[in-house]
Amino acid sequence: MSRSVNVDVKYLTRVEGHGNIVVNVKDGKLEECRLEIVEAPRFFEAMLRGRSIFEAQHITSRICGICACGHTISSIQAAEDAIGFTPSEQTKKLRKILLYQEMLDSHLLHIYLLVAPDLLGVKSFVPLIDTHSNVVKRALRMKKACNDVCEILAGRHIHPISAIVGGFTKIPGEAELDGMLNILYEMRPDMDSTVELLKALAPGIPTFERETEYVALVTDDDEYPTLEGDLGSTAGLRLDKKDYKKITNEFVVPHSSAKHAKASAKSYMTGALARFNLNADKLHPKAKAVAQALGMKPIVYMPYYNTAAQLIECMHYMEESIAILEGLKENGTDKSEAVTVGLNELKSIEVHKGNGVGAVEVPRGLLFHNYEVDQGGKITNANCIIPTGQNLNNIEHDMSKLIYEILDKSDEEITLMFEMLVRAYDPCISCSAHFLDVEFVGR
Amino acid sequence: MKRKKVAFFDFTCCEGCQLQVANFGEALLDVLEAVDVVEFREVMSEKADEYDVAIIEGSITTPHDVERIKDIRSRSKVMIAYGSCATIGGINGMKNSFKMDDVKSYVYGESGKYFETIPTMSVGQVVDVDYFVNGCPIYPPEFVKILKYALMGIPYTVKDEAVCVECKANENECMYEIGLTCMGPITNAGCNSWCVNNGNICYGCRGMVKETTKNASVEVLKKYDIPIDWIMGKYDMYNKSSESEDMK
Repeated sequence: MSRSVNVDVKYLTRVEGHGNIVVNVKDGKLEECRLEIVEAPRFFEAMLRGRSIFEAQHITSRICGICACGHTISSIQAAEDAIGFTPSEQTKKLRKILLYQEMLDSHLLHIYLLVAPDLLGVKSFVPLIDTHSNVVKRALRMKKACNDVCEILAGRHIHPISAIVGGFTKIPGEAELDGMLNILYEMRPDMDSTVELLKALAPGIPTFERETEYVALVTDDDEYPTLEGDLGSTAGLRLDKKDYKKITNEFVVPHSSAKHAKASAKSYMTGALARFNLNADKLHPKAKAVAQALGMKPIVYMPYYNTAAQLIECMHYMEESIAILEGLKENGTDKSEAVTVGLNELKSIEVHKGNGVGAVEVPRGLLFHNYEVDQGGKITNANCIIPTGQNLNNIEHDMSKLIYEILDKSDEEITLMFEMLVRAYDPCISCSAHFLDVEFVGR
Repeated sequence: MKRKKVAFFDFTCCEGCQLQVANFGEALLDVLEAVDVVEFREVMSEKADEYDVAIIEGSITTPHDVERIKDIRSRSKVMIAYGSCATIGGINGMKNSFKMDDVKSYVYGESGKYFETIPTMSVGQVVDVDYFVNGCPIYPPEFVKILKYALMGIPYTVKDEAVCVECKANENECMYEIGLTCMGPITNAGCNSWCVNNGNICYGCRGMVKETTKNASVEVLKKYDIPIDWIMGKYDMYNKSSESEDMK
């Protein structure tokens, strides 16, 4: 077939951050396909040099608005790992709630505002305000609910205030626990409606398939790992988090300010679908029911179904948050654990030289922070590896296979399919830039 | 009265401030009824040519950013800069403590030379801005207030008051009293002492108060015997861009 196609989408809409899609097919043969990331690089790793590990959380939170809690927790984990500090069980539970609420918030935003318009044939949620007003109101309501929980727990979701190295600056008491629980109990009917909505729209999700490697946290206990674990993959890899570089193998490609990654295969995917593929047996029963209703069983090799995996996780993380909060309410919280460290002026936490890694599951996949710290607690070297950056290589491999399967469609249909593919990954481009400038060498 | 044409743009940022807007909940629909949102890349595919009010998030950090903000300014009647990245350069300004070549090669190695970056600037250092909403992230009640002023065409000036005023009103224990350094005394109020209310120190995300109010902070430092470099390090976190040259 001698079809020629030229897809050139500038500043892709309905994704977080700035990216362009370029696909060139000449006479039926693929010449190039790229996801160009045109987000301006901010050089966080360079900026962290010379800063105290006690400030790193505040600074790196600003890498991203939607994954602020993820960066916060990963940064704190790296810092605590470097100085050999072990957080209390209570702290870990509170950190999990924060992470889970962020998962919920991010996934719901993605499902309702970024993906649903494509499945409903519109350009954004704006026309849906008139045609599907209940759906839009529900989306905004659920999203705000996650924020309200974070507000009670940590002051706010975007750039949380009370989560620091050492623990939390404020600990919820019974009133706060009740406040958070009530918000989540009220979310349950909305969550059921969300499941019904996606079930109705599921037939429109493309079933394009490509075998690849999936990477996520794995553990030997029965908890769906999010806060901590080893690094595992569907190709059987299992590593301690400090060996993360053996998986990420970051390498620079000419057209992307986001470095690419590959583990055992030529590319890998991290994120909700990867977590589902590796840990589905550990999901909350209600989440397992959603998976069954959607006909999903590991291993699912369909990238567009990342959105469906996110819905399964929404149910899981909502129920798990409720479970943790109910447990804290039953046993009572220890408010004396509240700590305000500041810059550690009072030396409330012992520091020494070290090298620490934080490896945490965030909405889009595995997030690594790695800090080298001197004896005064100052960062001498920093490395942040973002899930979206890890996925870019996989996205491009998907694009190379997809084009041949849809070559007979119109230009508009092809463009939409590619846009939807990138959106399915829910890229967080501000985070992973390490992203590229439009004018690049060789053009 | 015809609804004003409003557009949201983002430059170099974490997109957290536009997410704060998305977190208004169902109240967002009331805002959307009062204005006509004609462009907002993150959630809409529609675009427009002219705007009554352009709302800008993010700093200017590349030559491409400079071109783009000047273009948008030329097509907008009124411009609001919201979030510290836009109003004062924000965390992005920390890069200015280093040489551009150094940060490029530290992050990208050899390939560093392919990436363009200039010292971070606030939006106001490149084009004229009519309204400023400070904060990292923005404090939603303040954003709504200033948006209303902008829609009605009434000028708004940020009060020259330190966060301490709000902190005291909220009856917080002063961080200096427990031996920690806090940027409250030299930071613009308006956030209702958000961070100290939640048990943490103020990091100064809303930018510095003017000269007159700054003198009071010197007294605070003397009283608690705080070395000036503890403050300077924190000052550099959000305020470094003010040292860059304007491009107006």
